[in-house]
Amino acid sequence: MSAHADPAPAALAPRESRLVPRLLIGLALLLTAVFVVVPMAYIFHRAFAAGYAVFLTNITEPNTLHAIWLTVLTAVIVLPVNIAFGVAAAWAIARFTFPGRKALLVLIEIPFSISPIIAGICYLLLYGRNGLIGPYLLANDIQILFALPGIVMVTMFVTAPFVVREVLPLMQAQGSEQEQAALTLGASGWQIFRRVTLPNIRWALLYGAVLCGARAVGEFGGVSVVAGKIRGQTNTLPLQIELLFQDLNVTGAFAAASTLTLIALVVLVLKTLMESRR
Amino acid sequence: MTMTIRNLTRRFGQTEVLRGIDLTVEKGELVALLGPSGSGKTTLLRIISGLDWPDAGQLTVAGGDWLAKKAEERRTGFVFQHYALFPHMKVRDNIAFGLTVLPRDRRPPPVQIRARVAELLQFLQIPHLADRYPSELSGGQRQRVALGRALAIDPEVLLLDEPFGALDAQVRRDLRRWLREVHDATGTTTIFVTHDQEEAFELADRVVVMGAGQIEQIGRPDEIYDHPASPFTARFLGLTVEIPVNLRAGRIEAPGLDGSALSRRAMADGPATLFLRPSDITPVPDPEGAFRITEAVSTGALLRLRLEGPADCIAEAELPRRAGVPGLIPGQRVRLRPEAGQIFPGGPGPVQAAAVPSLKTKESLQ
Repeated sequence: MSAHADPAPAALAPRESRLVPRLLIGLALLLTAVFVVVPMAYIFHRAFAAGYAVFLTNITEPNTLHAIWLTVLTAVIVLPVNIAFGVAAAWAIARFTFPGRKALLVLIEIPFSISPIIAGICYLLLYGRNGLIGPYLLANDIQILFALPGIVMVTMFVTAPFVVREVLPLMQAQGSEQEQAALTLGASGWQIFRRVTLPNIRWALLYGAVLCGARAVGEFGGVSVVAGKIRGQTNTLPLQIELLFQDLNVTGAFAAASTLTLIALVVLVLKTLMESRR
Repeated sequence: MTMTIRNLTRRFGQTEVLRGIDLTVEKGELVALLGPSGSGKTTLLRIISGLDWPDAGQLTVAGGDWLAKKAEERRTGFVFQHYALFPHMKVRDNIAFGLTVLPRDRRPPPVQIRARVAELLQFLQIPHLADRYPSELSGGQRQRVALGRALAIDPEVLLLDEPFGALDAQVRRDLRRWLREVHDATGTTTIFVTHDQEEAFELADRVVVMGAGQIEQIGRPDEIYDHPASPFTARFLGLTVEIPVNLRAGRIEAPGLDGSALSRRAMADGPATLFLRPSDITPVPDPEGAFRITEAVSTGALLRLRLEGPADCIAEAELPRRAGVPGLIPGQRVRLRPEAGQIFPGGPGPVQAAAVPSLKTKESLQ
């Protein structure tokens, strides 16, 4: 809105109308502090309360270390798969019309709308000892549940929509003229993707990948069902934190929690940096 | 190379977009596909480029079957109305694109590509833009770059889809002249799509008028302008006044119409329709005239008259305002003297003299 269109500049506004914004801003800050800043600060406070040495001892405790390793490994496997899936799905939906296109769009969103624990239970019922595929897997000595494959698969399910959701609107908005131009200039499908499509979606793709990664690292509900929570073997970092907490090992729990929080904060900073570049 | 199109058809669902197109384009020609939106001209262009496929028909270039070739093998260098430049590449990289994606064994070395781009930039009169990004260019500059990008691959045929449609009038005129120069210098066979007849007539060696998925007429600009071959072409080319007449011995007869300036036609006697451009009608004040002026509007240069004739016949006339014919004011009775016009046999369908609205309807339908 232009300056003339606004008849009452802030300085001349009646007292009352200056009070309301201040009140609202104050409230927003207070709520953010109470619900976000203080708890997070407290995590770090508790983690380091007994000193840096204790924190280090807790973090380097073999089970916790293994949990960090497993979490990172899961994310490292899930991320490329979901990026590939996300780009492929966005490409298919944005560029082609085919039967079931709308259904695919809805299906992709499902992991967002259902609780992760349901995903976990589905996998349990499907691959479990008494499940649909379970007996076959058992007979062939393939371990999916209570092992890395189960953790990876559930995490993949939960984080599947992130990349598509970021990339698809952009691809739809940009249309396909650039790609068609590249085609008539003699570029092959792969050249078009690498030199035209990918550079156009690169920020959305990175952004989606960051969100996907953050979620993959922090996923608890679904994984807790299929991981079996075997210490030092199938515990991811969120599960390890819960176990430490149940063990009344508060310092250990907070040390692990602060590590997870740190990862999340790094991701958040990355995301913010990217947004400012978009 | 000669491009030959035989009986090309294309339908989208229930809509027949192309209904049997036959066209031959000679090497080095500059051809305009002219028609209202929805006439199928863009679809035809896209089929030539390989971005779309016909349901039936043939497309051969220099004797080779082009429908057996993929778009990336045809080397057409399609130029879009909205440029479709690659936003993350500098101008020079945009232009080099087609060369850098060549298969390794045919790709020129980088030095050679750079030289070719520099040469093109010079030729297109845009060397100062080489290191800019597309977002830093004006519309006209972008279209020059887009054309440069297409020319870089030394296209078999250059295809332009409403290339100046998104530009303002002045830039349009400049670019038109520039495109003609570029064409004359390179000799590249060029086909461009437009709905602007002035653009088509000024630029093209030959104009192909399209309507509702068919070719209505093919010819040199003047030929088409002077002798539109069908009522559709006549209306589309601005012969918007339709007056029912009677033909006798090749002369027109109608109340209030003085056909003495029109040449005799070798046509059978009977009812016919005379198609006229408003600018080809001279109204002559005449108390006995069958037409009455109902409205007179000045556009500055022109005086535009609305005329009502017998049987609800409505006509429009345009004449230079400064010519100062006295007495051309609303209420005045006149007779009409057509200086040029086209006659098609048969009475008018609905008595609708002003064809502009019917043309609009056609466009809005599609």
